[in-house]
Amino acid sequence: MSTPRIDVSIEHRDAPEPNQRKHPNTCPKCDSHYRDDELERTLWVCPQCGYHFAMKARSRIASLVDEGSFVEEAADVRSEDPLNFFDLRPYTERLAEAELKTGLGEAMVIGQARIDGTGCELSVMDFSFMGGSMGSAVGEKFSRACDSAAERGVPLVSVSASGGARMQEGILALMQLPKTVAAVEDLKDAGGALISIVAHPTTGGVLASFASLGDVVLAEPQSLMSFAGPRVVQQTTREKLPDDFGLAESNFRFGHIDKVVPRPDLRANVARLLRLFSKNGD
Amino acid sequence: MATDHELRLRERLARLRSVNLLGGARLSAEVEKLQRQLERIAEETTDEDIWHSVELARHQDRPYTLDYVDRLFEDWFELHGDRGRADDHAIVAGIGRFDGRTVALVGQQKGRDIKDRIDRNFGSAHPEGYRKAMRTMELADRHDFPLITLVDTPGAYPGVAAEQHGQGGAIARSHALMARLEIPTVACIIGEGGSGGASALALADRVLMQENAIYSVISPEGCAAILWRDAGEAKKAAAAFKPDALHCFELGVIDGIVAEPEGGAHSDPDGAARLLAEALREALEDLEPMAPDELKRRRRARFRSLGVFA
Repeated sequence: MSTPRIDVSIEHRDAPEPNQRKHPNTCPKCDSHYRDDELERTLWVCPQCGYHFAMKARSRIASLVDEGSFVEEAADVRSEDPLNFFDLRPYTERLAEAELKTGLGEAMVIGQARIDGTGCELSVMDFSFMGGSMGSAVGEKFSRACDSAAERGVPLVSVSASGGARMQEGILALMQLPKTVAAVEDLKDAGGALISIVAHPTTGGVLASFASLGDVVLAEPQSLMSFAGPRVVQQTTREKLPDDFGLAESNFRFGHIDKVVPRPDLRANVARLLRLFSKNGD
Repeated sequence: MATDHELRLRERLARLRSVNLLGGARLSAEVEKLQRQLERIAEETTDEDIWHSVELARHQDRPYTLDYVDRLFEDWFELHGDRGRADDHAIVAGIGRFDGRTVALVGQQKGRDIKDRIDRNFGSAHPEGYRKAMRTMELADRHDFPLITLVDTPGAYPGVAAEQHGQGGAIARSHALMARLEIPTVACIIGEGGSGGASALALADRVLMQENAIYSVISPEGCAAILWRDAGEAKKAAAAFKPDALHCFELGVIDGIVAEPEGGAHSDPDGAARLLAEALREALEDLEPMAPDELKRRRRARFRSLGVFA
């Protein structure tokens, strides 16, 4: 898939680059660099090698839904700080910083939408908001998305990207696993479908709850989907990890997901599923 | 003059007094017990008290699931295997007579000596363990046996095979199955309630916690390693995310605290088993008159109400 590029950056050949972080718009796989608008046009997929950059929630929504059809819900839900949590910095400070950085109120955006003409509910996570971690606010938003889908009799399309439960909310963050699962079960009892799209990375508590419970589970190429991250597994077991440890392709091989879908094909795949799950043509 | 700290404790005690989940004469004993605990907290620093719970929850002589099975059940019959791949010894499942009725039990099991510990994988289950748990829950559901789960795990096992066999999905589905059961279900955290591997067995109608058990989103060491970038700061991390029974009770995560004998469950396993049996009996008697779909509805509503947000 990836063809090695000829390095034309001669003036930087000797520049030390070990611990230096790459620019977010530089492809970590082939080192091609793009402007924001170039990547926006290609759905944040590297045109050179096919690497899938992280996608912001707003861009994701725009890439999936019919133009102008998205109506956001529960936009005012915010996290609180029930434990007065303070590690190296206060949790409230981290929250405020994340909101400033991302322009989002939380790590998940939900709302009603249409995809290729078919109505659905959408819940989209954003990894750039505190690593997409799930606290009470994310759990609540996802639950409301389930209810909204059930009420309107439409499927819920969930896009996950999360490092897991949000430690700063302690045990209440863990309780978002049973909470979101209970909401999914209510949706399924009401006859609703859940289509789960796993984006890079989906790990820990989110994988161990709603993201795994889709009637259909899709994943983007090379996205990490594992309960424990590679570093934890390596440190705990001292095992040599396979090259494709926890990746979507490995999960597909072991039968945990239905299909690996490159981002440019996602919309068409979801649209087809929505048509198939819709009752009497809607 | 009352300090903020004292005021908080008084408020806490007032709230505990108003709880009538552990009804009758036992309530007063329970409140007395908690009052003693609160007094202890008032004297010592809270951080130390939380860390004491962490140490007791992991005490090497603490009674494990099978220690309670021996003392609580008659006619115990252990079930083995997930009917697919393997028999995971980190999770024990079976049926037995409890108080004259057949119940199903699922719980994590740690080992006592080195050989046993390795055999039980230190109480850390693979997906096969959760699948064994699920088939036992389904059996209970079909035959209307109430389900008791005893939770005691540092967490689900983080290994290559565990991931390849679908750890995340197995934990998700165990939660989901518990949300669908139409039988009375009672969970008790009896030691470490570590992360999703613990809550996968604790989506129950009543969630109890032993006095010195802990229930947390991540281990204190794991949290310290990530947020403080130093696993040695585990004590600080535990103080920050408060995994002890009292805090879990305050946050509405658990419905009741099961008293332990003076000094902790390990100092008197028989006494600890008696107190646990009493709490389980009471919870089951509470739940058994309820209609199956009512149980399910309330159980989901209970968990869906958890969380603090604006």
